[in-house]
Amino acid sequence: MTSKPLPRPSRSSAAIRHWLQRNLFNGWFNSLLTIGLLILIGWTATNLIRWATTQAQWIVITTNLRLILVGRYPVDQLWRVWTVLAIVLGLIGFWVSKGRGQKAKDRKIEEQERAGAEEQGSQEDFDIASPSSPVFLLSRLHPITLLPLAFLLILWLLGGGLGLPRVGTNLWGGLLLTLVVAIISTVLAFPLGVLLALGRQSSLPVVQGFSTLYIELMRGLPLIGILFMAQMMLPLVLPGQPNIDRVVRAIAGLVLFNAAYLAESVRGGLQSIPRGQTEAARALGFNLPLTLYLIILPQALRIAIPAIVGQFISLFKDTSLLALFALLELTGIARSILAQPQFLGRYAEVYLFVGLLYWAFCYTLSMLSRRLESSGGSNHSRHTTR
Amino acid sequence: MRTSALWRDVRFWRFAGQAIAVIFVLFLLGFLWANLNRNLAQLGIRPSFRFLQSQAGFAIGESLIPFQSSDSYGRALLVGLLNSLLVIVTGIVVATLVGVTAGLARLSSNWLVRKLALIYVEVLRNTPLLLQLFFWYFAVFLSLPKPDNPVRWLGFNFSNNGITLPGGLQLSPEFSALLLGLAIYTATFIAEIVRGGIQSVPKGQWEAAQSLGLKPAQRMRLVIFPQALRAIVPPLGNQYLNLAKNSSLAIAVGYPDLYAVASTTFNQTGRAVEIMVLISLTYLTISLLISLLLNLYNRRVQLVER
Repeated sequence: MTSKPLPRPSRSSAAIRHWLQRNLFNGWFNSLLTIGLLILIGWTATNLIRWATTQAQWIVITTNLRLILVGRYPVDQLWRVWTVLAIVLGLIGFWVSKGRGQKAKDRKIEEQERAGAEEQGSQEDFDIASPSSPVFLLSRLHPITLLPLAFLLILWLLGGGLGLPRVGTNLWGGLLLTLVVAIISTVLAFPLGVLLALGRQSSLPVVQGFSTLYIELMRGLPLIGILFMAQMMLPLVLPGQPNIDRVVRAIAGLVLFNAAYLAESVRGGLQSIPRGQTEAARALGFNLPLTLYLIILPQALRIAIPAIVGQFISLFKDTSLLALFALLELTGIARSILAQPQFLGRYAEVYLFVGLLYWAFCYTLSMLSRRLESSGGSNHSRHTTR
Repeated sequence: MRTSALWRDVRFWRFAGQAIAVIFVLFLLGFLWANLNRNLAQLGIRPSFRFLQSQAGFAIGESLIPFQSSDSYGRALLVGLLNSLLVIVTGIVVATLVGVTAGLARLSSNWLVRKLALIYVEVLRNTPLLLQLFFWYFAVFLSLPKPDNPVRWLGFNFSNNGITLPGGLQLSPEFSALLLGLAIYTATFIAEIVRGGIQSVPKGQWEAAQSLGLKPAQRMRLVIFPQALRAIVPPLGNQYLNLAKNSSLAIAVGYPDLYAVASTTFNQTGRAVEIMVLISLTYLTISLLISLLLNLYNRRVQLVER
């Protein structure tokens, strides 16, 4: 049952035979297991291929591909979706290249330190002396502050108004709606989650009590119940019985829910910051908000990134619940396609294809988060030992 | 004696911070409460739980206690709660069995077993549970042959009328789809927890067990697994809680659980507030009960130090 890191099979046939013997045929039980599984795999694969090539009618996907990707978004306005995609890819590219640049800079500093030029390096880093001067604070602003701007731009492009023709949210659908809802809910829930996490870690009993109560309440309830509350109760608890858009109500529910979970991810990061960091900041004359903003949160959030990405993945999957509230996101549009009379009963084709889309996104993200975890971890240890 | 300014006093800020928090929360709740009362008054609804005694007027597909449409909403909700509990308990059992098996398979010395377990975990963990439930119900169970010509496997009969167990017990297709969907989805997370727990046991324990002359299965059962349990039980509890909460997706496959019955009740009576309160309290109680039981169990498996 032990799993040792096994050598990859090399080219020579003796090595291949050795690898097979060690990994597939060590002992009678494993040999039997291997043969049995091979038969099972072969049987499943042939049946699956036979089904996919002869019985399945993939025309249900090809006819409805546009519906699955963007819903009923007007065809002559689709360039706006493409522009948004370009902006998002551009932002990701910028972020990745900046991350690379930061790493290169870190490496340079490390080399300088090793060369004994410690003073130079540290002087370069802290040339603005007073920690509360506005210039210093601005210089520490993360490019993440660009995000709200990009965010508004994207919403304007998708929704219209101010010169562009309006496209109501009832026309958004498919993968587009899934992504929009998941991203907006995470962006809006993030500040709330950080506040809740800080609140739960606070030394003020009242603040801690309220934060803990909120987090535990939300985590004890099923998401479907919270979405129900957002759909039915939100118009009731706001003044003047406003007629709120269904998508907005759904996003409100997801934000309230997701904030509690994000708070727990961030709290994990906060708890891993040694007390010495707070004490050192106080010794340097930082007050509490500055300590949190400049010392604690940057470190805690970096440590929490994998957990936050994990939370985003589960939110991305959770948006499928909106299908139960008559929204046509990826799962909802799948159901509405299956309601078309000419495609009745093509469940397997549609659900497999939509599942593949979800899987591609979630798997890519989880791989990314795993890579961040391994690289971020070493980075963190370097910082704490310095 | 020098008196320092008030705003330099930590005690002042501690008090002020808490006072602000209290005022903010009270103001927010009061604002929401006032709006709720005003809006409900405008709609002519007075919150009251008296509707629970009136006649439900709808039938429920399956029930552990006798129920007919002339019974009350209260009894209908009780039927829903029992159905929820049934699927939660059986789901936890099946998910644990599948999850532990898959977790052990992830560490098997057989390459093929390891890879298959990895594919299982990575595929099902990264797709939404709701979609899987739709798939199980519509693409699998409703597409199976009729009950007079079922698919037979290991004494189980699978048909579009559900699963017939070896003892003759009949499970409806709704219950079967929900149970399988929940269990197989949750088991992927359990598998990763079990794998991590076993890997957290130091190598010396394996070597010591081996040098005592224990066989591989005995090594796992007597030495490694009891120690791995310490790392496994706390996160396992979270997965059980998730399974309990996810059981509310039953409405997607038409299984009458608590949420589904509550939703029907809401459609008929329009009592959003009362139903919201009932659902919340029930699920919170279920969550609390599960955490309580797991904490008790956790205390038993944790290391007792001298």
